[in-house]
Amino acid sequence: MYFDLALDLFPLLAAALAAVCCGLLGNFLLLRKQSMMGDAISHSVLPGLVIAFLIASTRSPLVMLVGATIAGVVTVVLVEFVKRFGKVEPGAAMGVVFSILFALGVLLIEKAAVRHVDLDAECVLHGQLETLVWYSAPATISGLWSVETLDAIPRQIITLTIILILAIGFVSLLFKELRLASFDPALATTLGFNSTLLHYLLMIFVAAATVASFEAVGSILVIAMLICPGATARLLTDRLRTQIVLSVLIALFTAVGGYFSATIIPGWFGRDTVNAAGSITVFSGLVLSLTIIISPSHGILSRMIRRIRLSSRVALDDLLATMYRAQEQAQAEMSASDISDAILRSKPQPLLNRAVKRALIQRHRGMYSLTEKGQCAARSIVRRHRLWEHYLVDQAGLAPDHVHETAERLEHLPPVPPAGPQTDPQGKVIPDDPQVP
Amino acid sequence: MTVAYHKKPVLWDVDYDAPANKLIAIVGPNGAGKSTFIKSCLGLIPKASGLVEFWGQPYRKVRSRIGYVPQRESVDWDFPVSALDVVCMGRYRRIGWCRPVTRKHKVAALDCLELVGMRDFANRQISQLSGGQQQRVFLARALAQQAELYFMDEPFAGVDAATERAIIQVLRELKNSGKTVIVVHHDLQSVPEYFDEVILLNMRVVASGPVGEVFTETNLHKTYGGRLTLLSEAAEAIARTESGV
Repeated sequence: MYFDLALDLFPLLAAALAAVCCGLLGNFLLLRKQSMMGDAISHSVLPGLVIAFLIASTRSPLVMLVGATIAGVVTVVLVEFVKRFGKVEPGAAMGVVFSILFALGVLLIEKAAVRHVDLDAECVLHGQLETLVWYSAPATISGLWSVETLDAIPRQIITLTIILILAIGFVSLLFKELRLASFDPALATTLGFNSTLLHYLLMIFVAAATVASFEAVGSILVIAMLICPGATARLLTDRLRTQIVLSVLIALFTAVGGYFSATIIPGWFGRDTVNAAGSITVFSGLVLSLTIIISPSHGILSRMIRRIRLSSRVALDDLLATMYRAQEQAQAEMSASDISDAILRSKPQPLLNRAVKRALIQRHRGMYSLTEKGQCAARSIVRRHRLWEHYLVDQAGLAPDHVHETAERLEHLPPVPPAGPQTDPQGKVIPDDPQVP
Repeated sequence: MTVAYHKKPVLWDVDYDAPANKLIAIVGPNGAGKSTFIKSCLGLIPKASGLVEFWGQPYRKVRSRIGYVPQRESVDWDFPVSALDVVCMGRYRRIGWCRPVTRKHKVAALDCLELVGMRDFANRQISQLSGGQQQRVFLARALAQQAELYFMDEPFAGVDAATERAIIQVLRELKNSGKTVIVVHHDLQSVPEYFDEVILLNMRVVASGPVGEVFTETNLHKTYGGRLTLLSEAAEAIARTESGV
C-alpha cells in the first residue's frame, strides 16, 4: 500500500502547498540576490509568534500570521538598519538580525511560561507533517467525492491554500512591477512604481508564506523551497515568466517526489518511513544538482560537450592545414608518423580515421593525402590563418614573427579578416576562398 | 540645492537653470557629484536643502515627461529578461499598475530598438549582448518613455565606436524633435562636438552655460584642479558633528 488516504493525503497536500507557495515567491528573492532574507525571516518570525500568542492568548492562524508578518517586516527594516549604520555587508546583517531574533524567540518561549502549549523550537525546524492524520478518511480514493464535511481538513492546509491564492494573485497582478523593481529599482521609482514599497509588499508575502508553511513543514524545507525551485528553473530558461511557471512545477514535483521517497524507499530496505520534510529538502537539492549538471544551456555537461566538440574540430582543422602546408612544399602524401610529428600528437590514428570517414583525406598504401573535399576545407583554414597574420601585422601592428601563434587560435573562430592581400607577412601565398570560384 | 550623503554634503548650492531644447553635458572629475546631481533631481537621493522644479512643477507631477538612463553597471545583466522586455519597461508608466504589456506597447518598444539599431537583438537575453549593445538597449528604453527631458548617466562609458555614433545620432534626433537631454559625460574632447551647453561640476557648479563661452581652459582648470580643500574639510566636519562623533 503506497498511498493511504488517512495517513498520506493531508501531509502530501500540505507539503505541496508550502513548496509551491515558497517556490513562487522565492523567484523574486533570487532575482534580488536576497534569498537569505527568506532564511532570516523564517527564523526571526519566532518572537513575533510568541509575542502575538502572549498578547492574544490564542494560537488562531490569523493571530499567528499577523504576529509573524509584523516580525517579518521588522526583520527587513532591522537588516536595512544594520547594513547602513553598522557598516556590514548584507549577508552579515541578515545573519546577525535573524540569529538574535530567533534567540529572543527561544528565550521568550522558555521564560514566558508558554512551554506548556506546543510552540516549541524543535518543530519549527522540521515541522510536523506526520501529525496531519485524517482520522475519518474514507477507505478508497473514490470515497473522497462523498465526503461532505470540510471540518476534518487541518487548519494548516486551509491557511496555506489562502496564502497561496493570495500569493498567486499578487505575483500575477504585479508581475510587471515586480520584474521592473527587481531589475532596476531606480527606474521603477522614477516611473512612479515605488520600489521600496514593492519590496516590503514582497517581504510581507514571504513572511506570511514562511509562517504558514513552517508550522507544517519546518523552516529547513521553507528555506530550501525559497531557493531550489527558482534556482533550478533559472538554469532551464532565460525568461522570467517561464522561470516562474517552471519553478512552480518543480516545487510541486519535488514535494511529491520527496514525499514518496520518504514513505516508499525506506520500505525497500525494511526500514520505517523517514521525516518527509527532510526528504523533500534533500530531493529538491538533488533536483538542483542534477540540473546544474545536465541543463541544456547552463549545465556543466553541455558546456563540456561544447568544449570537446570545439577541440575535436580544432584538431581536424590543424590536421588539414598541416597536410595543405606539406603539399605546398611538394609533399602530397604523408605517413602517419610524419603527421604525428607535424601536429605533435603521439597517437594520430583516431583523428586520421575520423578524417577518412568524413572523406576529407584518403589512405593509399599507408600514405595519406587530401581529397577534393579536404583540399577545399584546408584551403579555407590556411586562408583564414594567413589573412589573420596579415591583419595582425598590418592593422594591429604586431611583429611578423609573433603572429603565428595568435593566428593559430583565431583561425578557428567565425570572424574572417578582410580579403585583399595576396601574401601573408612571411611572403606565403594566401589561397583563394574555395567557396568563391 | 545642496545634497548630502550620510549627512556629508557632496554637492553644495548647485544652482542651474537648464535651457529647453539643448544637449547639455555635465562634466567634472570623479567624485564631483555628477551622478548625485542627476539622482537628486529625480528624487532618488533626498536633498539636504533646495528645490528642483521642472516646468515650474515638482518632479512627482511631471514624472511621465522625464526619462532616465541609469549607469549601465547599476543593474544585473544576468537578469532573465530579453532586450525587448527591458525596452518595454520604459512604457510601464503609460501602461499603469497591474495591467499587462500589450501588443501595442511591444510594437512601440520594437520601434525604439530599431532607432538604436538593435531590432535584430530584440529576443536576445540581455547577458548575451555586448556592453555597447546593452547601453543601446538602455537608450531604447528611455526613448520608449517618450519623455520631453532626459537624464542620462554616462551613456558613453566604455562603449564601442558604433554605439557612440548610434547614441549621438539619437541625441541629435531628440534635440531636433524639441527635447532636452542632460548627459553625464567623461570625455572632455568630444564636448564641443556633441553638446550645446555644459555644466562644469566639482562639488559645486564651477561654471555653466553655452559650450563656446564656458568650456574654457581656465574653467576646466578650476574644475579639475583638485578639490577645494577647505570645502572638503568643512564637509567632513559637518559629517562628524551631525552624526555626533
